[in-house]
Amino acid sequence: MRTIHYDDIVKSVKNMIMHTATNLPEDALKALKKAYEEEKSPVAKKVIEQLLENAEIAKTEKKPLCQDTGLAVFFVKVGQDLRIEGGTLKDAINEGTEQGYKEGYLRASTCDCFTRENLKDKIGYNLPAIIHFDLVEGDKLEIEYAAKGGGSENVSRARVLAPAQGKQGIINFVKEVISEAGPNPCPPIIVGIGIGGTFEKAAISSKHALFREAGSPNPDPELDKFEKEILQELNNLGIGAMGMGGTQTVLAVHIEKNPCHIASLPVSVNVQCHSSRHSHIEL
Amino acid sequence: MSNTYHLTTPLSEEDVTKLKAGDIVYLSGTIYTARDAAHKRLVDLIEKGEELPFPLEGAVVYFVGPTPPKPGEPIGSAGPTTSYRMDSYSPILIKHGLKGMIGKGKRNQEVKDACKEYKAIYFGATGGAGALLSKAIKKAEVIAYEELGPEAIRKLEVENFPVTVINDTYGNDLYEEGRKLYEKKED
Ligand code: SF4
Repeated sequence: MRTIHYDDIVKSVKNMIMHTATNLPEDALKALKKAYEEEKSPVAKKVIEQLLENAEIAKTEKKPLCQDTGLAVFFVKVGQDLRIEGGTLKDAINEGTEQGYKEGYLRASTCDCFTRENLKDKIGYNLPAIIHFDLVEGDKLEIEYAAKGGGSENVSRARVLAPAQGKQGIINFVKEVISEAGPNPCPPIIVGIGIGGTFEKAAISSKHALFREAGSPNPDPELDKFEKEILQELNNLGIGAMGMGGTQTVLAVHIEKNPCHIASLPVSVNVQCHSSRHSHIEL
Repeated sequence: MSNTYHLTTPLSEEDVTKLKAGDIVYLSGTIYTARDAAHKRLVDLIEKGEELPFPLEGAVVYFVGPTPPKPGEPIGSAGPTTSYRMDSYSPILIKHGLKGMIGKGKRNQEVKDACKEYKAIYFGATGGAGALLSKAIKKAEVIAYEELGPEAIRKLEVENFPVTVINDTYGNDLYEEGRKLYEKKED
């Protein structure tokens, strides 16, 4: 049995949040630079140039990349041979979230669904965090974090297709979602697609797909090919950076696939804006 | 063809009617921030015939909910939020003198019609460029609804704040036209 102390988790989560708010990860930067090189529209090119400049300013001046510093989303893998001392893991992640958002001068964006009242004084600063736990072998604790803004969540969709609709049905659905979203989710975007499982499994997979290094090959060759096919179809829509028209709308398509029920084909599309703020730590 | 202009607020009818979708504009002067909750209150005041916290004539509003400023900074990160949430309020403000809105994302037909009829512009700022855009904001002061936090109305002094004309006073829409130019239809 290995032991980790509650306070160490709080501290690590806090640091991870503050760092991620002002430092665009390498994969997103690389993808944006490539899009800048390849963009044909001068207007869209100018937008991407601003995004690269923004990333530079955020980093050197330690200023949040975007004012929407998101809800805090975590995927946590807990080794079965690990013991947490001094409190629960969930509390530690929430406390680290609150501290990180407060000390980093990030925005508190959680509110009540009906009254729309900000919950910072009721539940905590930008709390609760959205946490997905998974139990795994070993004695390690792995935490993946993303600051997920509202603009790109608002255009995300899930639908259960009929099995006969197959791959073409999936392509049509994804195209419909991205076409309708247009400029709203701050393109260029990354598109996470969850296929299979149940309704909620597809949705969670589509979110988790966004954590993969942008544009890295899918380990499954069939899915890798499918990702490239969808990417091409989506870029043919011509939406462009910030929707002003252009060739570089989607930086990457990432798919996660699960076995599903014989009667259904669930598909979920989770959109990530260009401000793809995510990070990963292992304790 | 896109032109570049430098304009100072408040905007006149002459200022806005020379702009076309796709033009780049650098705005200077005073602009006001407002998101959904503040818009709702402004429209309520207009309907009751009461005075607004700032003069609407020629005004420009910026749809933004900034991050809290660090000590010594006028404002935190301050990029645009998605504009459609203001669609049901904007036409009323435009009718009462508003000349410019800054946000990101599509507007509905009522807003575009109001821009045409009463001569107003919908400008797009680059979403997710909050650190960059905040550099053009020299001063910020909460002037109403402090209790709304990031949604309070702030008076901003801006210098060369970079925006692009999305909807002009002639019914043009850059999102539709730009996309048409680069869309590849299947054979
Ligand atoms: S969609 Fe992303 S980049 Fe755009 S405002 Fe929201 S969080 Fe920021």
